[in-house]
Amino acid sequence: MLKDLQILRRSPLLVAVLVGYSVVVSLVVGTALSAGPGKPKVAFANLVPAGQSEIALGGQRIDAAGYANLLFQKVDPIRVRTRAQAIAKVKSGEALGALVVPADVTQKLQGTLGLGGGGPPTVEVYYNAENPLKRQYVQSTINATLADANQAISGEVLREAARYLNVIVAGGKIALPIVGAVDILGLRRAQAIIDAASAGLPANAPERVALGQVSRFARLAADNLDLSKPILASISSPVRVRQTVIKGSSSSISAFAAEAAVIGSMMFVALLLAAGMLALEREENAFGRLVRGLVSRSALIAQKVGLAALCAFVLTAAMLAILAALLHLDFARSPLWLVALGLSAVAFGAMGVAIGGITREVRSASLVAFVLSLPIAALALIPPGAVAGGLYDLIRVISGAFPFRPSLEALDAAISGGDLLAPLAHLAALALAFGVLARLSLRRFA
Amino acid sequence: MEAATVPARPAVRAEGVSKTYGARRALQGVTFEAAPGERVAITGPNGAGKTTLLQILAGSLRPSGGSVSLGGGVIGWVPQQPALYSKLSVAENLRLFARLERVGDVPATVGRMLELTGLGERAREEVGRLSGGNRQRLNIAIGLLGDPAVLLLDEPSSSLDPRQRERLWAFVGGLAADGTAVVYSTHNVAEAERYADRLLVLADGELLFSGTPAELEREVHGSAAGSDFEGAFVRFLHERGH
Repeated sequence: MLKDLQILRRSPLLVAVLVGYSVVVSLVVGTALSAGPGKPKVAFANLVPAGQSEIALGGQRIDAAGYANLLFQKVDPIRVRTRAQAIAKVKSGEALGALVVPADVTQKLQGTLGLGGGGPPTVEVYYNAENPLKRQYVQSTINATLADANQAISGEVLREAARYLNVIVAGGKIALPIVGAVDILGLRRAQAIIDAASAGLPANAPERVALGQVSRFARLAADNLDLSKPILASISSPVRVRQTVIKGSSSSISAFAAEAAVIGSMMFVALLLAAGMLALEREENAFGRLVRGLVSRSALIAQKVGLAALCAFVLTAAMLAILAALLHLDFARSPLWLVALGLSAVAFGAMGVAIGGITREVRSASLVAFVLSLPIAALALIPPGAVAGGLYDLIRVISGAFPFRPSLEALDAAISGGDLLAPLAHLAALALAFGVLARLSLRRFA
Repeated sequence: MEAATVPARPAVRAEGVSKTYGARRALQGVTFEAAPGERVAITGPNGAGKTTLLQILAGSLRPSGGSVSLGGGVIGWVPQQPALYSKLSVAENLRLFARLERVGDVPATVGRMLELTGLGERAREEVGRLSGGNRQRLNIAIGLLGDPAVLLLDEPSSSLDPRQRERLWAFVGGLAADGTAVVYSTHNVAEAERYADRLLVLADGELLFSGTPAELEREVHGSAAGSDFEGAFVRFLHERGH
């Protein structure tokens, strides 16, 4: 056992990877769990003029602005004045989404509840979705909040409808629009009067007043029951939502899952191949013989990157073709898929040779490549808001230092549309940086 | 130190070659020449800088100071550990390095090397399955692919049995007879005495002696005669503080 410990002590890179891996994973998970999820930043534009946010429901006045407070319990609002400002916040990435309450929302809500017509009130939601997982997270947060608001409004309507029905059944005073406060007899009392009157009433009896009351009640009851129908119809969702993705992916979850599977496979193939092939040159003692004028160190790196990238490209292109056929992706965009796959493969290959150059042994290279792959992929897939804001920023920086995230973004843009150039430029920069790192590592390679 | 007598145009010349690793000086201003057809043995204690000097001559290691010049042609390099791809066959290894050496007629050269090494019947066998001796033969053959003017061998006989060693030195002697300058390192002082025209003695990166084995013996036996060559060599090192 002492011998094994001594050997381990003399393998500092291996020990560093094993210890560092555990520490980093523990820190990330621990910090994430202790910090809890952060609120997504949502731009909020309330375009309803000041003082016009109240609606009349039955005899009550309700301030619709109060329902916005429900939203702010779940999101971190960035208050803006106009729709354009809200959209700009989304486009810039400052906000993950935007909620715009149009100026006519109160009026339309009043119309819906009071049979005024004009269609249901609609709020506008804009998304910044870097990938479908993030979009789903923001969507679900805003939708859940709007559902809460709808439920609250529905509750008010239900209470009002119940009060109407109670008056119809039992009688009592009620305030009606235009008419004002009226005393309603109620069905039970009316029935009693009718029963009493009908017991022995001649045709020209003076009890016409009582019958008049019954007649008036019957008319109001019919009116009120008519009124209750559209009110009850509006209970489920009085406020509608119009959703628009203005930045990022419009991929379906299934397409995104396919993209992640393809890039994940590419990562394993390219990293393991490139790292292993370069480390093998040293293990076979061939490196010293090669670089004494037969092959330059830079050419050697380029060849390893090229071969690893080619293998990963061919494999993942075939994978993507199969998945595309199953998921009915648009094959007209396939040239862009190949561009994204090609540059991603080169970036992963460059990272692989950097690992191979640093580790210098095939087994260590394979282990490091494998151990690095899993957290790199996991970090790239964490949606915003799943962890605290500061930690998420740190995660973005870390995941941006490796090719997985830009590869996923590039393939997503190639498949579903969106900005392809930025992730491609990111990948090119990473390929160059890892290539330089690999070249530097060869100084202590022989 | 006595200067070696060499022909006017050396096959390879090292001029003030030094190599440092941080604060450690692996080689200190080593200067020597090897003439065409000359067999030069580099010997010395462990850590003397023998392999470092050969790597610098071969061009696989950059010197910290000094220079190496060639009289013409190319250098063939045979590292101590066989530098071969164990998953490739004997013939595939030869073909690969022949192409990298830009040999004119690759198939003919590969055939010649297979015959030279006696591995013709095992040409398709993976190198990983060969014995240590056969790997070393292939290792040397690859160093000869470019028909070098200078052949550098690092401890070439270390993994060979006595019979294979005899064949190796006979082969090296044949190359030298054909005009190839052969520079090799060895721990085996007897081999250096028997198979070298000239001896370089290195210790702690410093060149202590350059001359024939007989000259080394004379230098030591001047004070104490009757010892064998190995004894003379050890005494030489002791006298110089090593």
